[in-house]
Amino acid sequence: MSSSALTGSQAQRAATVLVPRRRSWLPERTQSFLLLLPSFVAIAIFVYVFIAMTLYVSISNWRTLKMDLSLGQPPYATYLSMFAQPRFQADLRNTLVFTILFMGLAVLIGLALAILLDRNLRGRAVFRNIFLFPYALSFVVTGVAWRWIFNPETGINLFFNILGINPLLSQFGLEPLKPGWTTDPTVWLQVNKVLAAVWPPAAGLRVQLGIPAAIIPVAIAAVWQLSGFVMAMYTGGMATISDEVRQAARIDGATEGEIYRHIIIPMLKPVTISIVVLLLHTSLKIFDLVFTMAGPGPGFATDVPAIFVFEQTFRATRYNLGSAAAIFMLVLSGLVIVPYLRHSLKEG
Amino acid sequence: MVTRRRSVLMLSLVLALVLLPLGAYSATAAGPSGGKLEVFSWWTSGGEAAALDSLFKEFAKVNPTGEIINATVAGGGGTNAKAVLQTRLAGGNPPDTWQVHPGNELLGQYVEPGYVDPITDLYKSEGWDKVMPKGIVDQMTKDGEIYGVLCGVHRGNGLWYNKKVLDAQGITVGATMSFDEFFKAADQLKAAKITPLCVGDSNIFASAQLFENTLLGVIGPEKYLGLWNGSVKFDAPEVKQAMTTFGKMLDYQNADHSALSWDQAVKKLMDGECVFNSMGDWAYGEFVKAGLKDNVDFGWVGHPGTTGSFMIVADGFVLAKNAPDPENTRAWLAVIGSKAGQEVFNPLKGSIPARTDVDRAKFGPYHNWSMDSFAKDALVPTVVHGSAAPAAFQQALFDSVTVFIVDRNVDAFATALVKAAQESGFAE
Repeated sequence: MSSSALTGSQAQRAATVLVPRRRSWLPERTQSFLLLLPSFVAIAIFVYVFIAMTLYVSISNWRTLKMDLSLGQPPYATYLSMFAQPRFQADLRNTLVFTILFMGLAVLIGLALAILLDRNLRGRAVFRNIFLFPYALSFVVTGVAWRWIFNPETGINLFFNILGINPLLSQFGLEPLKPGWTTDPTVWLQVNKVLAAVWPPAAGLRVQLGIPAAIIPVAIAAVWQLSGFVMAMYTGGMATISDEVRQAARIDGATEGEIYRHIIIPMLKPVTISIVVLLLHTSLKIFDLVFTMAGPGPGFATDVPAIFVFEQTFRATRYNLGSAAAIFMLVLSGLVIVPYLRHSLKEG
Repeated sequence: MVTRRRSVLMLSLVLALVLLPLGAYSATAAGPSGGKLEVFSWWTSGGEAAALDSLFKEFAKVNPTGEIINATVAGGGGTNAKAVLQTRLAGGNPPDTWQVHPGNELLGQYVEPGYVDPITDLYKSEGWDKVMPKGIVDQMTKDGEIYGVLCGVHRGNGLWYNKKVLDAQGITVGATMSFDEFFKAADQLKAAKITPLCVGDSNIFASAQLFENTLLGVIGPEKYLGLWNGSVKFDAPEVKQAMTTFGKMLDYQNADHSALSWDQAVKKLMDGECVFNSMGDWAYGEFVKAGLKDNVDFGWVGHPGTTGSFMIVADGFVLAKNAPDPENTRAWLAVIGSKAGQEVFNPLKGSIPARTDVDRAKFGPYHNWSMDSFAKDALVPTVVHGSAAPAAFQQALFDSVTVFIVDRNVDAFATALVKAAQESGFAE
């Protein structure tokens, strides 16, 4: 080939010079083990030992600033009292409603944006950046900004006056449109009575099971922040779908809409699963967005377990109750993440 | 050579790491001069911040070269600040001094776990044992040692009103107000399409304060004290009556109450959008900062039914154990308890001095009214600010009030409080 090719014996000598003899005094397996050891130790201490300590505190009697690590009688008493509290029941209701709203809207809007970007419009890169910018903000900034937007006196409600909607309504003798947003304590679609027919203890529940109106603005803010991220993941997923598939479908006579509905979206299923898992585990642990935007809310309409942990641990100094709620959140997140990891690691 | 450069680099890195912590220790100052003082409080709103600043200026007269680190955490009633403080104390990084309420908060949360040092000697050397009322000093005493000094005493059971709006509506408020008079005025205002009651409970302590004042007004001071020593239970008929009255008052509040903080609600009152506000007299500082005049633009009266009682919400400071600068901290505490310090701090803050020997002429009409009341009325502690009951009960009260505002279920509210009292250990 090239003039710098070596002859056979020269090549042999070069090989012995260029490849140094391994002088390691440890076998390779031990080397890799030692390299990973600091990470293992750090994770073991700062994650698993701390989880074990939290678990122990949750079954202890530590209820004031003075540490009291005696075991509770019975050990699971704190968990029982936690589930009996109307506030925690409201938290569970809010987490469920928020998760469904947030995930549903974020996936749908993200998918729609990704499809729009897929259409090769002019200025695609600009729009892609605009949609992705909110993800770069911290949840605290988003919470504060949307809090101002949804303030019933000085926020978005002013638009109903400016755009003439309210004057129009009052002309017809109707109430002006002035939603309370995060200050609204109403719970829609209450199912307490229905549930009580099936499960009698539900009749004694103080918390109203339904959709709290106040959680909707919080879900809107979260969707605004994360739909760009969903869009980015779907765009990445669509990029892996080769053009030949689309061309073959077009040859077969499919319209653009049918191509998306029957081919592209089903092929994006692995991406959808990843997105669902990531969003789910964000919404189970969400704290900063809800805390800065609405706090626990009127009648705990926007309270979430993370805020419960914060207030019980640091305000009420009830360390055992806060730890029990934290362990519950861990179990809940684990139920979601662990099957996903097993599934994805098995494939690889 | 490469190895020689590397070893020099390693050596300098090691030296830097070793010497770095040594640089953090500054030379200890002999006596209060130079040095740093970290003052931790939750005084961030207008009047409060101005009052704190005046104390800093007094301290600067004692120690002109000292640097004051103003560590504040916003949030009414100290709800956020106490959380931050707890983590610092548990982590062994205390501020030099911090704001406390006497009673359960000081003795249970800071004295018992051993986070503060006693300052009984300061009381003797500064002569405070002669000028501060024994009743409130006892609230900070444990086993004969005194652990804090108070800078001001707030009255918790106050009702503020916008005098201009009331005058325009032809409603006069006398020296006392009963619940009937309140509801009559509130109905008249509601008919005139003015919101009667301003509440700002984005931090729920404001509604809990309204409840606490109403409770005191309905059951009276003796039974109120009985709640905290277990002789009166939270499901007694009088307490349930108070809860019903509280619910009735909530019918007159502004619709956006959960979006406003307590000082934003006071601002609404100043703007005339609503008329009455039940709040302690730290609200007075807001009026002063806005430049309003006592009895001209705004007025006050004891919360309905509570004339003859003075709910003590006192603020004081402590000496941290292992404080970074104990000399400066003791100088600061001396300033707080001094006549000059109390005379300059309290007019701005809205509280009255803890000392009984201050010059009354320096204080306006409201303070003189409050000092008269403090001298002769029944003194009761507050639970909303951590004095009367442990923190766990305080949080349970807050949670129960949050749910009650929405579902108005008096029986469930009473049962929840009884259970919380038992769990906190101060009632059978």
